[in-house]
Amino acid sequence: MYSVTADNLEISYGTVKALRGVSFQVSRGEMFGLIGPDGAGKTSLFRILTTLLLADAGSATVDGFDVVKDYKEIRGRVGYMPGKFSLYQDLSVEENLEFFATLFNTTIKENYHLIKDIYRHIEPFKTRKAGALSGGMKQKLALSCALIHKPSVLFLDEPTTGVDPVSRKEFWEMLKRLKQQNITIIVSTPYMDEAIICDRIALINEGKFMQIETPQNIISAFGKKLFAVTGDNMSRLLNDVREMDIVSSAFAFGDEHHVTLRNPMLDHTDIEAGLLEKGCSNIFVKEINAGIEDCYMALSQ
Amino acid sequence: MLKYLIEKEFKHIRRNKFLPRLILFFPTMMMIVLPWAANLDVKDIDVAVVNRDHSQLSGKLAEKISASAYFNLSSVSESYNNALKTLDKGDADIILEIPEGFEKSLVKEGNAKVLIAANAVNGTKAGMGSAYLVSIISDYSRELNNQTITRGIEIVPQNRYNPAMDYKKFMVPALMVMLLTILCGFLPALNIVSEKEIGTIEQINVTPVGKFTFILAKLIPYWLIGFVVLTIAVIIGRVIYGITPQGSLFTFYLLASVFVFVVSGFGLVISNYSNTMQQAMFVMFFFMLIFILMSGLFTPVESMPKWAQIITLFNPMKYFIEIMRMVYLKGSGLDALTRQISALLGFAVLFNSWAVLSYRKSR
Repeated sequence: MYSVTADNLEISYGTVKALRGVSFQVSRGEMFGLIGPDGAGKTSLFRILTTLLLADAGSATVDGFDVVKDYKEIRGRVGYMPGKFSLYQDLSVEENLEFFATLFNTTIKENYHLIKDIYRHIEPFKTRKAGALSGGMKQKLALSCALIHKPSVLFLDEPTTGVDPVSRKEFWEMLKRLKQQNITIIVSTPYMDEAIICDRIALINEGKFMQIETPQNIISAFGKKLFAVTGDNMSRLLNDVREMDIVSSAFAFGDEHHVTLRNPMLDHTDIEAGLLEKGCSNIFVKEINAGIEDCYMALSQ
Repeated sequence: MLKYLIEKEFKHIRRNKFLPRLILFFPTMMMIVLPWAANLDVKDIDVAVVNRDHSQLSGKLAEKISASAYFNLSSVSESYNNALKTLDKGDADIILEIPEGFEKSLVKEGNAKVLIAANAVNGTKAGMGSAYLVSIISDYSRELNNQTITRGIEIVPQNRYNPAMDYKKFMVPALMVMLLTILCGFLPALNIVSEKEIGTIEQINVTPVGKFTFILAKLIPYWLIGFVVLTIAVIIGRVIYGITPQGSLFTFYLLASVFVFVVSGFGLVISNYSNTMQQAMFVMFFFMLIFILMSGLFTPVESMPKWAQIITLFNPMKYFIEIMRMVYLKGSGLDALTRQISALLGFAVLFNSWAVLSYRKSR
């Protein structure tokens, strides 16, 4: 049985279509990543699946229950961590955790084993007000609160947005361990490099799924040689690269430009030669392996 | 579950730096200060007397006026123009002109004319001042008549239920209505909107806690606070103003709880339609002003124009202020208040069902 299913979900806010027919299935214990930029429809999808929002069309189930008819059942079984920190800032760390445990008719003690790994990081500060925690600690507390009732499905809406790189890494490590508890995890993120940890990912753009695959398959389906180009005056360089006839696509990518070519027979020396002709200096081109983001860019073109 | 949620609400209130002080300080201030400030008794009216008669009788009249507690004799001058100047400067509120030949015509013909001119920028002061002045003058003429022959009808007004016409006694029960409206209607609604704004309501919504339980847990603490504060207000009324409810305390609290139910429902409706505190505050402020000004709190409903009186029919505060004044001053029982009570019950049903329906819609 699938843990989460969605069938042709649609929703719009006024004239803006946030979801245009989204379908997918997630198996029990799977970690499913939703990858897409801001405004792609990730949060709307989460809100529908957590019974906070009614879809205009389509249906969905969570843990075998319909999100409209059996919303009460679902509310007892899912953990939801919204993108915005939404715990009580004026209650202490421990009080927040205790509060959410009580709402689900359980106690911290009963499910301590589930959150132990995460909670022990913040336990030394358990009398501190939640509002006074750092960003990374807030995320850990929010995750603990979402887990305290032993949910069978965990929804995490951009859990690592606004968190420093070290905490982000730590956070994904925790998720990996949670997966071993047979909890289905649906997680969204705009950081595509993080998605590699997921079992399967869905690339979402403008309310539509472009592809649902394992990260490895998505990358291997890229099918083109990819080159990283650096040189002096990077912004001019990007224009110059794009003007070249042999180039199929070029994107700024951190401190380098990622470039694909129309003809698979050509390679980095051809790019170099073309750029030198245009008078660019200090050029360095190398062939690299594609990442998820490259696939995303290629798909969303 | 409900008990736990209520405990949590009290924790929030206690932790808030501002709220507990507001809840205690605001009603006490209101009860101690406002009855004195919001007072329509007019006192210390400055009168400029223009005495053009220079007779014994005119002098006596001026004396009588200055002896009254309501009036200060600010100046006695010869010409009306001089007196008008003092009115311009604000040194006088009312001019009394005693014309030449006042004594003569009074003695000869048994009557005389005087002129009263009042600064009507402050309408109440002018109106009440002139009325007082007229009554002093007619008093005076009666005295004169007594010395000769008694004539005419003497009117002895008797003010029932508030014999001294003490405006404070009139204000105290009405101020309690404002207290209840703010504490039980607006505070819980703002609290709910703030949970919306912070996003915590989402987190609660994905738990098995029902919306009804959630809202009840928001209301009950403020209901409790409201009744504690109401009791404090009753005690202040007793200690400072010597006013106790003439009717039974049971009627008083019973009807207060009906009103609390009305304003809570009203607050919930506002909270359902507001997404931010700012929005909710503004809407509440708007309604609070209308409710207060159109409730008869300061000015009697009967003296409003007909169309305004019709609007007041839709103001729940109006009914409860009537109830409070009747219970407090008149000692009315439930049977004398059926009209007001049924109006309040109607509002309670209306607002609360509206609140429930609009809540569903926004799901």
